[in-house]
Amino acid sequence: MSLEYNRYLSQTAKELQPSGIRKFFDLAASMEGVISLGVGEPDFVTPWSIREAAILSIEQGFTSYTANPGMLELRQEITSYLGTRFGVKYDPTNQVIVTIGASQAIDLAFRAILNQGDEVLIVEPAFVSYAPLVSIAGGTPIAVATSPVNGFKVTAAQIEAAITENTKAILLCSPNNPTGSTLTKDELLEISKVLKKHDLLVVSDEIYAELTYDESFTSMASIEGMYERTILINGFSKGFAMTGWRLGFLAAPKEFVEVMLKIFQYTTMCAPNMLQHGAIEALRNTYHEVESMRNSYRRRRNFVVQALNQMGLDCHTPGGAFYVFPSIRATGLSSEQFAEELLMQEKVAVVPGHVFGESGEGYIRCSYATSMPQLQEALKRIQRFIESRGVNPKKDTVECHTPS
Amino acid sequence: MRLSSEEIEILKIIEENHKISVETIASMALCSEETVNQTIEKLEQAKIIMSYPTLIDWSKVEGHENVVAMIDVKVTPKRGVGFDEVAGRISRFSEVSSLYLMSGAYDLSITVEGKTMNQIATFVSEKLSTIENVVSTTTHFMLKKYKHDGVIFSSDNEDKDRRMVVTP
Repeated sequence: MSLEYNRYLSQTAKELQPSGIRKFFDLAASMEGVISLGVGEPDFVTPWSIREAAILSIEQGFTSYTANPGMLELRQEITSYLGTRFGVKYDPTNQVIVTIGASQAIDLAFRAILNQGDEVLIVEPAFVSYAPLVSIAGGTPIAVATSPVNGFKVTAAQIEAAITENTKAILLCSPNNPTGSTLTKDELLEISKVLKKHDLLVVSDEIYAELTYDESFTSMASIEGMYERTILINGFSKGFAMTGWRLGFLAAPKEFVEVMLKIFQYTTMCAPNMLQHGAIEALRNTYHEVESMRNSYRRRRNFVVQALNQMGLDCHTPGGAFYVFPSIRATGLSSEQFAEELLMQEKVAVVPGHVFGESGEGYIRCSYATSMPQLQEALKRIQRFIESRGVNPKKDTVECHTPS
Repeated sequence: MRLSSEEIEILKIIEENHKISVETIASMALCSEETVNQTIEKLEQAKIIMSYPTLIDWSKVEGHENVVAMIDVKVTPKRGVGFDEVAGRISRFSEVSSLYLMSGAYDLSITVEGKTMNQIATFVSEKLSTIENVVSTTTHFMLKKYKHDGVIFSSDNEDKDRRMVVTP
């Protein structure tokens, strides 16, 4: 006799929606010969010296646990990196935790700060796991929708309008997945005034900090008065092409870190020892490779944005990450129909915008972390597809937003 | 020669792939096609763009395998022209694919390509060694090519895209 399994499952877990990306992956993975623009990770393999450092550490027998928050040597490199690159100073002994990817760092942050009923503002379109992570921690995610009118950037006024007496924090992701929009220092300053006025915390996902193209990156923690109310999230996945390593880190005032560390030591113990050796090498010696990858993404971005606009899909120029988020409204299709029919008809995989929240409907996410020949072929196919839908190419490039 | 950031951008793009179209270069570098054409012409004339080589792994083509040797050469420099005269002479032989003046135990490093080992041996003994000012030669035959001009000649294709089709 089988159990009544529903009775045993957590109500919160049962109510979580499966990621829309997963559903689309299953469809695309079942087909042969697909060109994928649906990939949210670098197309570069991790730089060799990082791989080599991890291999060497295994050969030398570094196979034990490390300190809970990570090797002190790595935490020192992380604080030195944050200080040099972004001008934010942290104490490696009590203000940093090395985590299993940036996603775990976000999970720790919400578990540490949220009580039942606390609201967290999430700027949409948003990375698929943000809202579920808030729910798992007992909070309530509140979407703040953005639009292409100002390049999918959230404004201070939009944030203020969404604040209630239950609002505890906001999650900011700049550069953003999926839109690539990047907040400038001035824009962060305006937002910080509202956050201070309403005494809110910020979980600042800065995983794409190394991938900004038009102006230098500003960390929320570097804005005056924000250091003490910011939990900074970063990691090695995107900038250093280390997605499969699952290594991230967080930095915050020690009062937050103490609580997050308690959760971390009971759930995870520590990040893998040998991978931490690779991460030390990444921060010490591979910056020239990061720069080379960034330049490559920037050139591909320029090409893709121009090609999409010329074929009649309005696309703002994103300031960072490796995604473009063009409108597909001219085709008259929903984003899910567009992605499915494009896949079936032309074998190009893109991600329908609605999986990133309601405000993503009418758009698709295309990743340009793919080789130029693949991008050129994919764009030819997309053009053929939208022409079959009666969308006319434009003579001149028209953009909704161009970075200053 | 000092180049603008736009000119350097164009150089970087064609260094990666010289077959890329002018139209695509223009969109990647955010400039006009006319600018791309003018820049390439200017840099070709200035010999900053030296050539557009195609790197071919002939060892994979049956009947076209090459023999490659690297030769260390000691020479006596000449008053007034140093090593340049003898280096210039050696570089004109069609068998010589590269030639560098080196510091250290020998003076010139020469890469020689031929159809057979015998062809290279003949070149060394009859042409290179007999040049006035060449004091000695040491020939190293290349057994296998692993990396050349920054390109890895690998059978376990590291460039293969191992990512899933759709990821977050």
